[in-house]
Amino acid sequence: MIQTITFYLFSALVIASACFVIMARNPVHSVLWLILAFFNAAALMVLVGAEFIAMLLVIVYVGAVAVLFLFVVMMLDIDFSELRAGFIKNAPLGALIALVLFVELFVGLVAWNAGGVTLGTPDGTSAAVEGASNIQSIGALLYGKYLFLFEAAGVILLVAMVGAIVLTLRHRPNPRSQNIAKQVSRRPEDATINTRPEVGAGVKL
Amino acid sequence: MIGIEHYLVVSSILFVLGVLGIFLNRKNVIVILMAIELILLAVNLNLVAFSAFLGDLTGQVFAMFVLTVAAGEAAIGLAILVIYFRGRGTIAVDDIHRMKG
Repeated sequence: MIQTITFYLFSALVIASACFVIMARNPVHSVLWLILAFFNAAALMVLVGAEFIAMLLVIVYVGAVAVLFLFVVMMLDIDFSELRAGFIKNAPLGALIALVLFVELFVGLVAWNAGGVTLGTPDGTSAAVEGASNIQSIGALLYGKYLFLFEAAGVILLVAMVGAIVLTLRHRPNPRSQNIAKQVSRRPEDATINTRPEVGAGVKL
Repeated sequence: MIGIEHYLVVSSILFVLGVLGIFLNRKNVIVILMAIELILLAVNLNLVAFSAFLGDLTGQVFAMFVLTVAAGEAAIGLAILVIYFRGRGTIAVDDIHRMKG
């Protein structure tokens, strides 16, 4: 009973916040609604017993991706009202396509539920370990059967990091960075002068 | 009792909302990227639901890989957005076809 109530609560919240993500006038509000959607989706995943993916969603998405979005939205100085020009014009076509897509997905679901579509059955090689937690089972699978895929995921992240840095790196024409060779080669006799000025005459540099 | 169908309906609604978001905000690249994140969230929810109800953890491992690729995609997309804005002063998608070279 409590599971049913929480499922409907979290799914209503995730759908409502997804609506606000695409409807909000200000992209900053969109990002904040997106964060709420991620939290509620993580709660839905906890309900079904997938704690690891839920925590990963909160840490990676809310902690990194959403903050990245927020950073970019606030860094760019853009007139957002101008970008909403085609909002009403595109709405009927978009709603029609969305409706058709949803009906298609729903028909597929009904066909699967009625037995018209058969999916593959699990062979048991990736089942959860008996008596172990969700994280332990996923770890056993990830570092065993899917080790190479896991390493490939790391390579993908490395390539994304290098790509993002290369794209946004900007060499300024006159950087005020430290020139160590110039500093080291500077000698005291070139840098300092000894003078003995007359009293009241001052020093001419 | 909550079955897998409930989860599939929720994730298909999320997916459709993401597609609708791309249509509604055709000029604003940032919101389009967020709509893509919503679509990927729907896919992840679907994978996790199937994984849990079939008793096979492959779906959750695959959802993790989807998460990885989505994070990389967001980083690259936002980097492209930043250099596009730097060169042009706007992020309207309509002008992107004028890019040369």
